[in-house]
Amino acid sequence: MGISLLTICYLIASVTFILGLKMLSNPASARKGNLIAAAGMTIAIIGTIFLYEDNAEKLHNHAWIFGGIFIGGVVGTLAAKKVKMTAMPEMVSLFNGMGGACAALISISEFHNLGINTTPGWEMPDGGQTKLLIIFLGLIIGSVSFAGSIIAWGKLNGRIKDFAFTGQQIFNIILLLVAVSIAAYLIFNISDTNYYLFYVVLAVAISYGILFVFPIGGADMPVVISLLNSFTGVAAACGGFLYDNKAMLTGGILVGSAGTLLTILMCKAMNRSLANVLIGSFGGSAKTTSGTTKEQGAYKEISLSDAAMVMTYAHKVMIVPGYGLAVAQAQHACHELEKLLTEKGVEVKYAIHPVAGRMPGHMNVLLAEADVSYDNLLEMEQANEEFPTTDVVLVLGANDVVNPAAKTDPSSPIYGMPILDVELAKTCIVNKRSMKPGYAGIENDLFFQPKTSMLFGDAKKVLQDLIGEIKNL
Amino acid sequence: METIFNWISSNQQMIYIVILMIFLGVEVIGRVPSVLHTPLMSGANAIHGVVIIGAIIVMGKAESDNYLALTLGFLAVVLGTINVVGGFVVTDRMLEMFKKKK
Repeated sequence: MGISLLTICYLIASVTFILGLKMLSNPASARKGNLIAAAGMTIAIIGTIFLYEDNAEKLHNHAWIFGGIFIGGVVGTLAAKKVKMTAMPEMVSLFNGMGGACAALISISEFHNLGINTTPGWEMPDGGQTKLLIIFLGLIIGSVSFAGSIIAWGKLNGRIKDFAFTGQQIFNIILLLVAVSIAAYLIFNISDTNYYLFYVVLAVAISYGILFVFPIGGADMPVVISLLNSFTGVAAACGGFLYDNKAMLTGGILVGSAGTLLTILMCKAMNRSLANVLIGSFGGSAKTTSGTTKEQGAYKEISLSDAAMVMTYAHKVMIVPGYGLAVAQAQHACHELEKLLTEKGVEVKYAIHPVAGRMPGHMNVLLAEADVSYDNLLEMEQANEEFPTTDVVLVLGANDVVNPAAKTDPSSPIYGMPILDVELAKTCIVNKRSMKPGYAGIENDLFFQPKTSMLFGDAKKVLQDLIGEIKNL
Repeated sequence: METIFNWISSNQQMIYIVILMIFLGVEVIGRVPSVLHTPLMSGANAIHGVVIIGAIIVMGKAESDNYLALTLGFLAVVLGTINVVGGFVVTDRMLEMFKKKK
């Protein structure tokens, strides 16, 4: 009875995962989908605690289990509630790392359970090969995902700088091969004299995870996180094999495959291939190839009052937000400016590049937080159609996504990336903190064009000053 | 060779699930707009937190004098819960913002 009830719990959970993921890919149902998946997860967890039986024996250590869930629940909720909008991708990466670590810990634990204890030592039971194979898979994938996610987290919040050495790609591949071959060797030849090599595999897998993410530029982190996310899914599925647990298997594989597709879709949004992201080390090599190649002309600055004037007397203003807006937390000021201009009869819209900011959809989330109407957010294609009829484009802390080099300069590392054609508008005001190049480390011709004028300063402060100026007009 | 065939036929149920889920995963999110990439990633991140079930099983099976298993299991439960709870809450927070303006 108990066991069949548990089966039903897992069945419900599996269905909610599928349904949840399906609903998450549609804006109208996304939130409900998330809640449905969460409900299914709760059912699966509670079912496991009270109904799971192994050889007719129920689980014990309930105090420990609830203690763990309580601590994890409190930490998880607080972290998720407290985190700033700009730090969302880091948070997701960190959570993903926790999942990977969890999978690796399960593997370590099951490795010890698998062996027949001969003190001191480890002996393989009959027919344990399959289990050991799955344990190794869970261990390697889980720890790569854990280590990689932590590095990705550190890179996104700026604690870890890019780091690469020549031949790193080859070195990484060798590391991975070493881990896999030791694992393979152990699966067939494990004995009580070499079982400790299990921990060597763990160490090598962690180093691989670290070195794999290290050389990849910060701008590509969302892609990496998405990839590691699907890794963790596969690691979770390994647990499903281990315990013959269908909920873990379906959930894990589902995330593994959906995550892989999502990774590819993200790459497509940047018009690059996954291999290019992983091997290209965007930021690192780009700096040397371009930037020094072209003589840059002079840029011109615009004063606040002039900018306010130009915008107030325009018919149509298009705002192009970027990472600078997120850093300055200027979304509310931005919305205020929009309202003020609309009151004065100016048509204000936002042009959202799919990869503006540090993650796809970053700008949508940010502007939504400030109550900007969904109808005013234009996707790239729509925005590009409207630029020719736009009087003023206000670029707020965006750089690479408006760089015309992506169209004109085949030697540029971002060549081929679809961009917002802001140069089609009549005038363009660019707000930046300084003339420093953006994340890809390349100069932007846009800033030197005659139609463009620069408005330096922190996005929030500039916007507030602009609002003041416009009110005084 | 024989062992591989035997392995496949004794695990065929699992293998079917894996293959079907791979296609389902691709199918289910095939048409996601780029706006939703991040919430979807975050939601998927929470779903793979299902690994917590394994952690609970490890914890629940551990003998009360096996401190290694208890520690590993406990850590795994804590980390797994952070993944699940944090994942769903963060996703909900992201999506809450999409909702408001409608």
